[in-house]
Amino acid sequence: MSSKTILIVDDSKTMRAMLVSTIESINNYNIVEASTGFEALRLLPREKVDLILTDINMPDINGLELLSYLRNNPNYQEIPVIIISSEGSQKDIDKGKQLGANDYVIKPFDPARVQELIQLYLG
Amino acid sequence: MTDLTAANKAVKDFLAEAEEIADQLGSEMADLADMAESGDLDPDLLNSIFRGAHSLKGLAGMFGFGEISELSHNMENLLDLLRLGKIKLDQVVIAVLFESHELLTLLVRTIAEGGETNHSTEISACVVKINACLAPPEQISNNSPFAHLGLSEQTLGALTEYEEHRLLENINKGKKIYTIHTSFDLSTFDVDLSKISDTLKACGELISTLPSMAGIVETNIDFDLLFSSNKELNEITQMIGNDAVTVALLGHADTTVSPSSFPDSIHSEPLIPVTKAVQTALVSPDVPVQPALATGDDIQSAKSMSRTVRVDIGKLDDLMNIVGELVLAHSSIAALAIKMRNQGFSRIAVDLGKSAKGLERKLADLQKGVMEIRMIPVGQLYEKMSRIIRKISREQGKKVELKFYGADTELDKLIVEDISDPMMHIIRNAIDHGIESPEQRIALGKDEKGTIRISSFSKGNHVVIEVEDDGSGIDTEKVKAKALQKGLVQDVSMVSDKEAIDFIFLPGFSTTEKVSEVSGRGVGMDVVKNNITAISGMVDIETSKGFGSRFIITLPITLAIIKVLIISCSGRTYALPITSVLETLLLAEKNINTVERKEVIQLRETTLPLLRLDRFFGFERQGPRPEEFYVVVVGVAEKRLGIIVDDLQGQQDIVIKSLGEAFKRYKGISGAADLGDQRTILVLDVAGMISEAIRSGS
Repeated sequence: MSSKTILIVDDSKTMRAMLVSTIESINNYNIVEASTGFEALRLLPREKVDLILTDINMPDINGLELLSYLRNNPNYQEIPVIIISSEGSQKDIDKGKQLGANDYVIKPFDPARVQELIQLYLG
Repeated sequence: MTDLTAANKAVKDFLAEAEEIADQLGSEMADLADMAESGDLDPDLLNSIFRGAHSLKGLAGMFGFGEISELSHNMENLLDLLRLGKIKLDQVVIAVLFESHELLTLLVRTIAEGGETNHSTEISACVVKINACLAPPEQISNNSPFAHLGLSEQTLGALTEYEEHRLLENINKGKKIYTIHTSFDLSTFDVDLSKISDTLKACGELISTLPSMAGIVETNIDFDLLFSSNKELNEITQMIGNDAVTVALLGHADTTVSPSSFPDSIHSEPLIPVTKAVQTALVSPDVPVQPALATGDDIQSAKSMSRTVRVDIGKLDDLMNIVGELVLAHSSIAALAIKMRNQGFSRIAVDLGKSAKGLERKLADLQKGVMEIRMIPVGQLYEKMSRIIRKISREQGKKVELKFYGADTELDKLIVEDISDPMMHIIRNAIDHGIESPEQRIALGKDEKGTIRISSFSKGNHVVIEVEDDGSGIDTEKVKAKALQKGLVQDVSMVSDKEAIDFIFLPGFSTTEKVSEVSGRGVGMDVVKNNITAISGMVDIETSKGFGSRFIITLPITLAIIKVLIISCSGRTYALPITSVLETLLLAEKNINTVERKEVIQLRETTLPLLRLDRFFGFERQGPRPEEFYVVVVGVAEKRLGIIVDDLQGQQDIVIKSLGEAFKRYKGISGAADLGDQRTILVLDVAGMISEAIRSGS
């Protein structure tokens, strides 16, 4: 039994559901979902998050802005962040890496790859 | 690939979302076409359409719907270049977008209805047309075009490619670029920030919103906004009107930076309205694109056909506020006339009084006019609901027939917006838990098809919306058992069926313990009730086991301007919406009886529970209670309550102003209002007080 919490930030309900089922099939992690960057900002102080999976293109604030916030905030600096974005957004993914994203996954994603990364960062 | 025999819930979810995206794309593209006509493009809209196609591509790819994925991938490419300004949105592009969307919708619908798609020919034809619109990729220079702005690395580092393009475009247009720094309480930042961004969007473009930590204060969050506008620094500072917000103008561009390349050679036709003819001409891939050039006359006639104007509801709110303030100004003129008459200026006073009366009549007309603009028929809500019902019943494998009544009943636009989520939850519940599966229904001797009936009608100053199903109804015994198990009651034999039904509105009663901020998941009936109470409405349930349930939602027609009864209690003044006041009584202490430690009075044939404002709000009474006092009988739907007050001070029209998130936890207050004589008073939330009184009583 693990009590680690994973935050999924994506504005697509189906994409979140896919990620949830991908995560649920490996271990009993707590999963918290946010459909916008704002929701993620609100959830962060309430939940002890151990890993974040985020999309880049979202309404209100984008994934890069969320990442920049995390990396400049001592409370969240250490949380590993995995970007989940589409192939067309290579430039944005590169920026994400510069901002300190730990890894990235291209949509449509390979569940095995996501599971592998989660285990890598959460042990 | 598209084998639906193995279709699982995930695929159904995907199709539901795909349908939603396709619907939204359709209406947004129509808006885009309107804008292209007027030449005034909204980058946010274009970006939102791009995001729609982008999500659809990703999702379809995951589920192996190759055709949808291929088509949306190509649409995404086109939309990406459009939003990055690398190609121009002309009528050929619009027509291609419309055609692709039509095909996309067809693909999604066919799969959703369980059919096989084989549209590879149409898709290839469509892709050819999309590719014809694509421009050669732009050469990127290595020099940052933003160096002269002196932007912080943090801000620059978090800009997406699209945001960089918007920044560049605005610099090229000679707009001024500002950074705006704000700090908010973490609990309310989204509301506060959207106020500022709405103000800003009205006079420029909000390019990016970067959150940052607010120093050492953990309860706050800071934002750095990147904003472009034609307006001067002082104008913007004034518009925001908040000293805590700092605005800075960034180094202005002396020279314009490398403009995006527009392939003029491909499409440089003038913009004309997209007509059906252009669209149909494009359906066949072999027909060359040859749109008829519009003459001035065509444009003229197309313009005169439209007799409606789209107005932002915010503008109507502003207008309503001004009307409200005029009403207040009128009240003080009328009061002045009376004062003058009392002081002996009778002639002038009478004339002034007459003018004030005339003004009052015109103001009433104006108020009515503005109110009418805000009203929309609930039928708009029905369309949305029918889509949702179809979707959910398909997901659940249940057969549901829909019946709608009273589609032309009118309600304030904002109320219609706010009621749609709660209604969706009620309907979802009705299908999830109410309507039985076709087999069960046949076994029970019912029609295989369940029925959901949604009806609305006006009732005095309220509108009632009823959602009725002929399913299994609520099993009150089960509810009681659960209440016992959750420790809400000690002894179920004391709980009536009606009280038991009210339990389902308690927080945590019907929900699972899953953390989620996403609407539609983990949302219980308590949220439904709170949402309805928030717009001064009320919800009741009637149910009969085995025969179905009926949810009765009672709503005010508008929240904009309301007539209130001004009351006072222990030196404090409050306003009570007149729509909920049924009558007022003058009583003495001896008329009050006590039943089970609750104060009540006998009113005609019924027993009326009483509420004392000082006890309700928990403040200390100043001075003794008066011998005689008034009881204001208020009621919403079928519930009644008597509020004990010291004095009645007359009626007045007021404009309710929201108190914001911070006051949400105080029950019984729906907002504040300005009385015109520099006094601000609290407006009581009758529905909230009644539920609170009944809850604490039972």
